[in-house]
Amino acid sequence: MAVIERDVVIIGGGPAGLAAAMYAARAKLSTLVIEKANPGGQCRTTYSMENYPGFARGMTGPELMDRFADHAKEFGAEIVRDAVASADFTGDEHVLRTAKGDEYRAKAVIVAVGAEPRTLNLPGEHELRGKGVSYCATCDADFFEDLDIVVIGNGDAAVEEAMYLTKFVNSATMIVVHDEGVLDATAIIRDRAFKNPKMKWVWNSVVEEINGDGIVESVTLRNIKTNESTELPTNGVFVFVGTVPKTDFLRGSGLELDARGYVPTTAQLETNVPGVFCAGDARVKYLRQVVTAAADGAIAAVAAEKYIHEEETFRESVLEPELPVMVAFWSPTSQASLDFLPAVERVASRRQGQMELVKIDIYKNQRVAKRYGIETAPTIAFFRGGELIEKAPWPTTEHDLELEADRI
Amino acid sequence: MIEVNKENFEAEVLQAPGLVLVDYWSEKCEPCKALVPEVEALAEKYASSMKFCKLNVLENRRLSISQKVLGLPTIIVYKNGEKVAELTKDEATAANIEAMIKGQIE
Repeated sequence: MAVIERDVVIIGGGPAGLAAAMYAARAKLSTLVIEKANPGGQCRTTYSMENYPGFARGMTGPELMDRFADHAKEFGAEIVRDAVASADFTGDEHVLRTAKGDEYRAKAVIVAVGAEPRTLNLPGEHELRGKGVSYCATCDADFFEDLDIVVIGNGDAAVEEAMYLTKFVNSATMIVVHDEGVLDATAIIRDRAFKNPKMKWVWNSVVEEINGDGIVESVTLRNIKTNESTELPTNGVFVFVGTVPKTDFLRGSGLELDARGYVPTTAQLETNVPGVFCAGDARVKYLRQVVTAAADGAIAAVAAEKYIHEEETFRESVLEPELPVMVAFWSPTSQASLDFLPAVERVASRRQGQMELVKIDIYKNQRVAKRYGIETAPTIAFFRGGELIEKAPWPTTEHDLELEADRI
Repeated sequence: MIEVNKENFEAEVLQAPGLVLVDYWSEKCEPCKALVPEVEALAEKYASSMKFCKLNVLENRRLSISQKVLGLPTIIVYKNGEKVAELTKDEATAANIEAMIKGQIE
């Protein structure tokens, strides 16, 4: 058991986490990624990668992820093999404890835990997992060479994965709940699938049960129009029905999750906890792709860097000095601010050795300003021993400020 | 670890006395590759208690299916040729494998 301290600790080494690591390390922050398997996340289980910009052909998921990892390491990021078991975001420091028993402390944490395939909880599904029930085409395709499989799901991912499987299997039967010809997948993917001779289609139907003694033998289908049940012999069942975020271990950590377990964030990818950011598939977002995950990683890393800088500067200049500190919250866009700064400087210079002056741009330091309830500039505030003792909108005259400062 | 295949599986695993662990893997299985160093460490640690084998399922597909292995990673422990414990997919973590080994030794 060791205690490891870093500027930024990233939970998860998929595209979001690795991009964040590259940005953070390149910004000279000490950066560490905790990843439980080989880096790459879900992307590592996707064979064909044809929608990552710049790589139309010939790039695979694992290869792209190896490049992401190398890129992050190139700038000095560390990647450790471990799993975060629990997190505590309720204190001043962010603490992560891992399965191997180590403790990580970070100034900023980026949650890039991603998502995993959703299961359906059908009878037989759990028991036959790895026995013909699969959620990963690239992992298990080889077992099904020349065999017959069914595929549950009909979105883009389901249809693309089924088409990948047709390179191996004798037939892939798609069980589709919609009317004949209707898929959730986009037109380009749908048209390609309809031309694939190894793809078969069962419409208006759902899988009710997966059957087999130690190995998949058949599925029970129900036609939702006629309510008729039939048994279809098959060697494998591939399930591609969306994903769920891997955020269960964060319940009780202080991090807010929505009803489905996703993490709500601001545009800067801040969570409800200061200094904890979320990037990639685990957050509430519109599009979950490798390219959007990577973009999230960049945003989260830059936001984390800014956060660390802002907090350290504030702590060193305002909270730690022994003398009282006069803080002038100003904004470059406010004329009143520009008028007030020289006056503040004069007042401070007359009290050298008794009081320190710190000027804070509230536009660049919104978090600090907000924490002390300061919304408008100019505002003057006085701190002593790390505590805010008084704040007031800009006094009308330099003389008022003199009186105020002397009172403090 | 002993490389087993369709030629020697019968002798090395099914006819072998005592405990034999078989790590079913393939080149294309990323989680399997991630597990390799951990399984090798366990093979060293428990070398005196059981025999450790690995089986490439791509070259031994029929054999794998006959052992009811249709997903990776899968780790099976055999005792006197009988399957006595098994871990597959997400359950096949280093910690779980070690617990399974301990459970069989005791």
